[in-house]
Parts: sequence; structure tokens; C-alpha cells
Amino acid sequence: MSTQPLSQFETTKETTEETTKQKDVMRVESLTYTYPGAPKPSLHAIDLPIRRNKITALIGPSGCGKSTLLRAMNRIHDLYPGNHYEGRILLATPEGREMEDILEIKKENDLIRLRQRVGMIFQKPTPFPMTIFENVAYGLKLSGMKNKSDIEERVVTALQGSAIWKETKDRLHESAMGLSGGQQQRLCIARAVALKPEVLLFDEPTSALDPISTGAIEELIAELKKEVSIAIVTHNMQQASRLSDYTAFMYIGDLIEYNKTSKIFLNPDQKLTEDYITGRFG
Amino acid sequence: MGGKLFRNVSFLSATLSFFILLGIFVILFHYAQDAMHTFGWDFLRIDQWEPGEDDEGGMFGGVIPIVGTLLTTLIAMVIAVPLSMGIAIFLTEIAHKNLVKPVGVAIELLAAIPSIIYGMWGLFYFAPIIQHTFGGNGVGLLTAGIVLAIMIIPFMAAITRDAMNTTPPVLKESAYAMGATTFDVVKDVVMPYAKGGIIGSIILALGRALGETMAVAFLIGSVLKFPSKITDPTTSIPVLLANNFSEAQDLELSSMYLLALLLFVVSFIIISLAKFYFLGRSAK
Repeated sequence: MSTQPLSQFETTKETTEETTKQKDVMRVESLTYTYPGAPKPSLHAIDLPIRRNKITALIGPSGCGKSTLLRAMNRIHDLYPGNHYEGRILLATPEGREMEDILEIKKENDLIRLRQRVGMIFQKPTPFPMTIFENVAYGLKLSGMKNKSDIEERVVTALQGSAIWKETKDRLHESAMGLSGGQQQRLCIARAVALKPEVLLFDEPTSALDPISTGAIEELIAELKKEVSIAIVTHNMQQASRLSDYTAFMYIGDLIEYNKTSKIFLNPDQKLTEDYITGRFG
Repeated sequence: MGGKLFRNVSFLSATLSFFILLGIFVILFHYAQDAMHTFGWDFLRIDQWEPGEDDEGGMFGGVIPIVGTLLTTLIAMVIAVPLSMGIAIFLTEIAHKNLVKPVGVAIELLAAIPSIIYGMWGLFYFAPIIQHTFGGNGVGLLTAGIVLAIMIIPFMAAITRDAMNTTPPVLKESAYAMGATTFDVVKDVVMPYAKGGIIGSIILALGRALGETMAVAFLIGSVLKFPSKITDPTTSIPVLLANNFSEAQDLELSSMYLLALLLFVVSFIIISLAKFYFLGRSAK
């Protein structure tokens, strides 16, 4: 069970319209990650590109490290001291010509800026204990926006862009806790979108939702990729195949196979991938 | 058979507490009748506590101990609330996890120290420091208020910490994921989320500060006089009761029951408010 070399990934025929920009918005390079106090690493030399304006799905059985990998990509792991990273995680600069290693970031201010550029949506909806409007405006205010009408405009655009404007426009100043689970999750997406991030990381965003809410979120994610590059961790294989352009299969801290989603689901190279896809384990 | 017995015994225990509460109220109310009829609402205005000749009649009023109680409690709360919040925030959001356990245990142990020890420490060690720093006699409002604050801080900090710990980690993470600093997370997520528990802890500590007798008796000076400045000695309801009970009879005793009734009612209202907030939180 050897990890595929990165070069193989590059053979997929991908025409980039924007030749000036890097094709990958993010690139994980031989990342090894160890949790605080853990004797052994939870991720072993992971290589994974996140393509610009595409959806990359991370699949694999529980405990395979897919959430761990995702949480390294905005360094939310660093809230709990004592982690150990090896390797590099490259993020394209806003102009998109160069890439910088986010594991080099040391200052808290720079970490905060990173998290505004690489947003994250969690498994359970996490509305803050404030009004709907304040929830979306929160990140903008944190980022230093002061002008009220600018904030308002961005909030409305974000809510519209997250397909939740119709349900919330008449109750913007009511508590966000009163929304349903699916609405709350779309609000959380709007909250992240309002910051105009370059990458959005979704950590099983629909696993706590009913099928109808799930459908709405999936539609929204598919729509969002016009604006932002997306990585999504999911347990739901149908979701990965419906939604994503690329899929990475992980198993016990190793990245087993990465390829176009159609290739992974129809004709995977690795036996292990095939076994997982067909439901023989996991 | 055994089930029925068990049921009845536990029913009895449960209702007993209710009857004790009711019983205390009725007794206080009953014995306070004499003073109520003699002084009426003037009891809240009279600033004397003078038995008459031959222990007949006399003038008794609650205003000084009531004011003393409120002032010491106010001083204690002004000092204790911000410090307790600081401790709780430090323990939940800032401290390294190796520090959280020992500091937490120390705080719980502080809460368990009998109040007379605080009183002795306050009188022999702390009062001279206050005298040296702020003037006055050493004992008085300020000393009593500060030591009272020290007594309720552990209590308030522990409950506030527990309330803050109920904030789901993922909620904090999602605030951090939007670029919040620790300060932002505490201010905008943890505090609002734990609001019910925080208010509850403040009210419970308030109830405790109002009723504290032993430590305050050591430190307040026990003088029936309005304080004109913060270092002046005065008295409080529990202290006046504790100091005068052994010799009081007739109208004085009845006046003391009335004073006790006032304290009982105020404490009861405060604890009920606290319960209301705690229940409100768990219902959410």
C-alpha cells in the first residue's frame, strides 16, 4: 500500500483558462502531522493538491485522518498547543502567482488572516449567540471593517449567495438560534462566504442534517465553486460522487489514491479504494 | 412492598424540606408580630436599637444593619465579580491545561474554608493592612467587604467556570476559524453562551454575602452607627442578631425576628432568581 507519487496526479488533462494563476490554490506536500502528546503521527507524508474553483472531496473510513488533514489547512489545530507538523502546506497568494507555506506562519495576527482566507464550516451548525445579521457581520467586523453600509451590503450579498436570503430577510435582527438546522448551516456558510475567502473547508457539513437540508447545502456548495475553491470531508459516498470534481481516498493516516472523481468511483487504481467504494469495508 | 416503602420515605424526605422552609417562615413571621405592630414601616427608618428601662419596650429599628448589610455586600460584589470572571476566563480559555487542574482544585478548596478562619485571618492580619493603607480603625465596612469578596470569589469563579465550560468547543473553533482572537471569542461567544450560568453564580454569591455572619462579625466593628466613610465601622443584620440574641427579650427579641424575616425574604427572593436563571439555562 504505497502512496502514489505526486507526478501521477499531474497527468490528468486539465486546461487552465487562467494561465497566469497557479492551477492549485493549495498544495499539501509530504505533510506529517502529530497530535499533542500522541506517540505516532496521525498523517503520514500526505500530498494533495486543491484545484482552483473545483471541489475536492476527502473520503475514507472514520479515523482515517481526513478531518485532521482538513483542520491542518487553516491551522485550527494550533488552538491546542503541542502539535507537530512536518512538510509544507502551500497556499497561493491572493494574486495567485506564487505560493507561500502556511506552516511557516508564527504570529497570531498572520494566523488570523490565514483563517479569514481559508474559511471552515463544521459538522454541526454553529450559529453564534447573536442575531442573524450579526452572525454574518461578525467576521467582517473582526477583519476591521467599520463602515456600516459596506458591512450591510456584504451581509446581504453573502446571505443571497448562500441561498438563505429569502428565509431571513424579514428576521435579520432575530436570534440565529431560532433557525432550523439546515438554515443555521447555510447561515454559517454565508458567514464564511462574507469574508470572501479563497478556500472553504467543509468538515462533513451535512452529516447532522435531514435529506432536504442536505440537498440545499449540496446545491449551494456546487454553486459556490464559481467563487471559491472547496475541500469537503464527507462520509457520504454519494455526496462525494455527486458533488466533487476530485476525490482523495484516505486510510489510517495515508492518502491512498487521489484522482478525478469519475476515475476514483468508476475505475480506481488501488484495490483498497475499490473495496471502500464498493462498501466491502469501512 | 419494598418499593412502596422506599417511595414513601423519599416522598417524606422531599416534602420535609418544604415544610422546614415554611415552618421557619411562619415562626419568624409569628414572633415578629409584636415588633411589626409596635413600629410598622417605621422599623425601616428607626436608627436606634435601645431597650427601654427595666427591659420594658424600647426603640428598635433596622435601618443601620440593613444599610450595613447592603453596603458590605455591594463592596464585596464590586470586587468579586470582575475577579471571578477573570479567574473563570483564565481557567477556561487561556491557561495551559497542566495549570487548569491545580488552580481549579485550589479554588474549590478555598471555597471550603470555614468562614471563621477568614474572619480570624481578616481581623489579625488583614485589618491592620487596611488601617495602614486607608486609615480608620482597621475594622469597618471596607475590611468586611474585601474579606467577604475573598470568601465569595472561589464560589463564584467555580460556578462561572463550569458555565463557561459548557460552551461547545466547535462553537469556539468556528469563531477562531473566522479570525477571532481569544478576547473576541470570550467576549462574543463564551460570555453570551454562559450568560445564564454567570448571572446565576453572581446571584448565589450575593445571597451568600448577604447572610454571612461569622467573618463579618469579626470585621465590621459591630457599632450601631451609620458609616460616614468607607473605613467606618457599622453593623449588619446577621451580626446584630448574633451579638444580641443571648440577652434579648420581649420587644427586642421580636424586633430581631423581624430583622431576620427581612433577611430571610431578601435571600429567598435572590435564591429564587438564581434558580430561575439556572432553570432557564437548562431548559434551552
